Formats: sequence, structure tokens, C-alpha cells
Amino acid sequence: MTQRMTNRFAKLAEENRPAFVTYFMGGDPNFETSVEIMKGLPQAGADVIELGMPFSDPMADGPSIQAAGLRALKQGQNLPRTFDMVRAFREDDQDTPIVLMGYYNPIYQYGSEKFLDDAKEAGVDGMIIVDLPPEMDAELCIPALSRDLNFIRLATPTTDEKRLPKVLSNTSGFVYYVSINGITGAAAPKPDEVAKSVAHIKAKTDIPICVGFGVRTAEQAAAIGRAADGVVVGSAIVSTVADSLKDDKPTKNTVSDTLKLVASIAEGVRTARH
Amino acid sequence: MNVQSPNSFRMGPDEEGQFGIFGGRFVAETLMPNILELDEAYKKAKRDPEFLSELEYLNKHYTGRPSPLYFAERLTEHLGGAKVYFKRDELNHTGSHKINNCLGQILLAKRMGKTRIIAETGAGQHGVASATVAARFGYPCMVYMGAKDVHRQSPNVFRMKLLGAEIESVTAGAGTLKDAMNEALRDWVTNVEDTYYLIGTAAGPHPYPELVRDFQSVIGKECREQIQEAEGRLPDMLIASVGGGSNAIGLFHPFLDDDSVQIVGVEAGGKGLEGDEHCASLTAGRPGVLHGNRTYLLQDAEGQIEEGASISAGLDYPGIGPEHSWLKDTGRVDYVPIMDTEALEAFQLLCRLEGIIPALEPSHALAEVVKRAPTMDKDQIIVMNLCGRGDKDVHTVAEALGIEI
Repeated sequence: MTQRMTNRFAKLAEENRPAFVTYFMGGDPNFETSVEIMKGLPQAGADVIELGMPFSDPMADGPSIQAAGLRALKQGQNLPRTFDMVRAFREDDQDTPIVLMGYYNPIYQYGSEKFLDDAKEAGVDGMIIVDLPPEMDAELCIPALSRDLNFIRLATPTTDEKRLPKVLSNTSGFVYYVSINGITGAAAPKPDEVAKSVAHIKAKTDIPICVGFGVRTAEQAAAIGRAADGVVVGSAIVSTVADSLKDDKPTKNTVSDTLKLVASIAEGVRTARH
Repeated sequence: MNVQSPNSFRMGPDEEGQFGIFGGRFVAETLMPNILELDEAYKKAKRDPEFLSELEYLNKHYTGRPSPLYFAERLTEHLGGAKVYFKRDELNHTGSHKINNCLGQILLAKRMGKTRIIAETGAGQHGVASATVAARFGYPCMVYMGAKDVHRQSPNVFRMKLLGAEIESVTAGAGTLKDAMNEALRDWVTNVEDTYYLIGTAAGPHPYPELVRDFQSVIGKECREQIQEAEGRLPDMLIASVGGGSNAIGLFHPFLDDDSVQIVGVEAGGKGLEGDEHCASLTAGRPGVLHGNRTYLLQDAEGQIEEGASISAGLDYPGIGPEHSWLKDTGRVDYVPIMDTEALEAFQLLCRLEGIIPALEPSHALAEVVKRAPTMDKDQIIVMNLCGRGDKDVHTVAEALGIEI
């Protein structure tokens, strides 16, 4: 685990509150605005930042994240610019962990080793690569771990007893428990079932468990955060960015609306265990 | 890329589901248990005499196999070179080779206890074949089809509806096969417990490339026997069109270890390889990861997938089955592009010379036959896979020729 990630979860455990993990799409609606959003996230209550890397064919994502990715690509977002965003963020913030999230092909084309070296240099802490299951660990996971970068794995409701150890092996940073079978931004998860699943995974690992997919409101975040070590919110943030745009361009409300939403959900996360 | 020649070209994939570096299982975790379950189910099924005999029965009595191997006498005379044979999979029930795969997979779905079928389709041939087997076995069926294809293949859309399938018109991206496959994968991730994803081509995560190839290999196996019977020897050349590559791998696979048989796969060259309006992933693409497998892809410098373009909806896919990528890199199979205009000419030629209206997909293979046969000796033999009939394409052809019908 990177030092930043370890420190962050240790601090949160001390405060007895779950982590608020925020996903947003890098480069949406343009580079400058998304840097501004990113820089504002910790102040608005984000404990860990997931920085989305756009891909033309995001097979596990719902309509809002698909659309955000296409907007970002149209504005020229790519891996070098993703690293630029991380560098810009690190100018003011040395403590908030940054996790890159996306699909494998752009990384494979960039060169896996070069991707990891550049990510490390820019100040990235880990990555979630949706289409790299444990069966494909040799591609990126093992080289990432050897550089002390976190490789965060998804566990899902379909991850059964037999498969769980395989999913947990080589996972580091945190485990991202996908609360529903489905795409991002779909149906809301049932807190009771999520709590059961989280307890089940916790019995097998000491790594923090963060829960995401379908969490949109402060109330939902609070309910999920009771059992989980962290709550991930993505599509709701990305949709707020989208709603603030005019002809796909940012307006004066884009950054403020987005951070306001983040702050309101953060409130829910913070009260989860009170 | 140069890859060392293996002892046999017919042993793949390996335990990891890879053909050399190609193939694999690049999918979201939600799907992994299902894919492993499918792998198990298929391993058992292919050794189960009951499964094999049920499939054989259906192939024979439902599809009408074996499909004939037909000597195209007038075309041969016209071209003035090698003897041209057609493997006539366009005579199958539903009008293309797609039914071979669908019957195999629906039997797997049944064994796995799934209760709902989803499929993607480009030209609509696989959608029709999926809807057909779903009707035959009493399953609800949802077919994802790009909006552009829904328009240009409207007869097939109506056929699917008649067969009781639901059609979801996909507007994301350019609204073609790639986008339909993305939507089908999203459906599968959401309904993974009860749903069987009936992939139509020899691509996707392992074990799909392997099992689709195996179900389609009935084409090549029959062909070996039939050409022996007709000519007393193996052909000199095999030619088939490749979109995802299922009809081609079905014909090629049983011949891969026969050195004397030259093998040619024909990609959609669209309006030419210099622009971006083509689908020649092997000739003009490079290896990448999409839809669960590593394979040659049309993509930009940063790994974003590009839309293909072809007059033939069935070839309009920016990827290719992983085994074809490996066969290209090992040099066992030659892959060449054919332009829209060449395919259109070949289409018309076959109508007039042989009284056969071919689909636009095999019309690409036919255009390559038209180029190669005249350069070969008269005692040489070409077998081409005539994998689909062209009724579905008459509107597209009329439009391309500027004729109103």
C-alpha cells in the first residue's frame, strides 16, 4: 500500500468514519475545469479521489459516465493530460490518495511499464482497471505492485466463496465492492445486503472495503457507510457536471454545483456512524 | 510481427484462453464467474456423447446439414483459371452459417440452466439465428443491434420480431456492431445470473472464440470429405470473408495443418485503406484489448477504438477473432482487403452467372476469388465459403447502384 493510502485509512479509522471516495471523469467538460473540480474535492469532503480515464468503449459504465468520457475525449483528454492533472493537484495536496480508474487498452497502447512509471512519478497511488480480472494479473497488476502502486480490485455479488480468495490476492489499497450486478449509475443497492456482503469479505481480509455503484444521495451514502470502510460516489457527480453544462461547455455553475453535491454527500458519509 | 511457427496450428487456445498473445479474458469481475462456468460447461459438453448427438441431429434435421459443396461451373469458365467450389452455407435454415453456432450455444445455455438469451448482431444474420433457436427452445430473446444497422437491414429486423425476439436499437457511438456488443455486455453484467450471452462470432473472452470456432468447424469438416469425394484430393486454396471471423475459422480450422492448402481471409476494405472508412483490422490495425480479448483492432494512437465502415453490415466491426490475429502473425493465413466496389461487382457477377444471390459478406470473398482464380492453373482448386444469402442486402445493393425499388 502506498504511504498516502495507508495513512488516509488509518486516520479515518481513528476518527471512526468511513472514507468518502469520489469518482469524476478527467477532462470533462475540459481540462481546466476538471482540474479545478479535482482541486476542490478534498475541501468538499473527499477522502480518496478516483480520477476517470476516458475510453471509447466503457463496457461496464452506464450512460452518464459513457457520455462524460466522450466529452473528455473530444476535448483531447489522454494519459499525458491525466498525469498533468495529477501533478497539478499534487502542487497543493500531498495527502489525498489518487486512484486512476479506466479500461486497459489505452494503457496497453501507451505501454504498461511506462504508464506505471509515469503514474508513480506524477503522484498516483493506485489504479482500478475494470477489464483486468485476477486471471490477467501479469499484464499490469504484478508490475504495479512491484512499484509500490496499489492495484484495487473489484469484488461483486457474483464473486462467490470459491472465487473470493483469488480476487483478494494481489489486491491492495482497498477492495472496491460493486454493490449491484450492473453498470455504473444503475439501481440503488440495498444497505442490508451490502452490509452482509461487506462483513463476509471483511472476514477474509484486513484491507479496507469501499462500496460503490448506484450510491447517489447523502442518505444512501450514510446507510452504506455504516458497514463499509468507504463509500464510492461516481455517476451522481458526473451527472451534476453534465447538468451544469451548456452545449457541452462549462458554465459558471459547473465547479460550484459539483462541489456542492460532493459536500452534501460528504455530510451523509460523516454522519454514517453517529 | 514474427512469431515462431508452432508444430500444429490446431492446438489453441492454451489454458489461459490465449492463442499466442491473443485472446484471454479481459472482462469485468462481475462476468468472470459466469465465463468460468461457461468454460466448465463447454469442457463437459464437448466430451458428452449426448450433447454431440443432439447437436448433430439438429444440424441435420433443423438446419439441413451437410450443406452442399457446389462446383461453380460457369463462374470457373468465366474466370478461366482454377476450379471454383462453393461451400453453400447460405442454404442453411435462416440463410447463413450463423445457425451452426447458435444451435451449439443454445444447447449449452440449456445445460447451464439459463432462462434468457441475449445477442448482438450486425447484419442481422446472427440476430435472426439467435431469435430462431430461442424460439425453437422456448427462451425469451433480446437482440442488440446498432441503429444504423437496424435501418440498413430492416428485413432482418422484421424477421427477428416475427420470431418473437425483442430488438434494442443502439444509438451509442456510430450505431453499428461494436456498439451493439457494448450494450449486450452491459445487459449481461446487469442480468448475469439468469442470462446467457450468445456471442455471434469467434471473438470475445475465452471460451467464446474456442467454442464458436468448434461449432462452426462443421463447415470445414464437411468440406474436407466433400472435396475428397468430388476431386479425390484437398483444395489448393480456401477463401472466406472475415468480419469477426466465424465463418472463416469454421472453414479454415480443419485445414490449418495441411501445408498444401493456401488459406486467404478477406477483410472489408470499405472505401479504401488510406482513409478511415474500412474495417480491415488485420491489415490496417494493431493489437489491443476490446470486448474481452486481445486482438488486432482499429484504433487511434491513444488506444481509443475507431468505428469501422463497410457496405456490409456483417463485416462492420473494428476487431477480429483472436485466433485470426494469431494466424496472421504466424503467417499461416494471408489476410487481404476487398473494397466495397469490388464486392458489389462480384455480387452482381454471381447473380448472373450462377443464379445465386450472395450476401455482401461472402461477396468480399468472391471478389478475391475473381482476382485469384485467373492466375491459377486449370487443375487447381479453390473452395470459397458462401456463408450467407443476399436477400437481406437487396435494398443496400439497389441504393449503392442508384436504383430505386
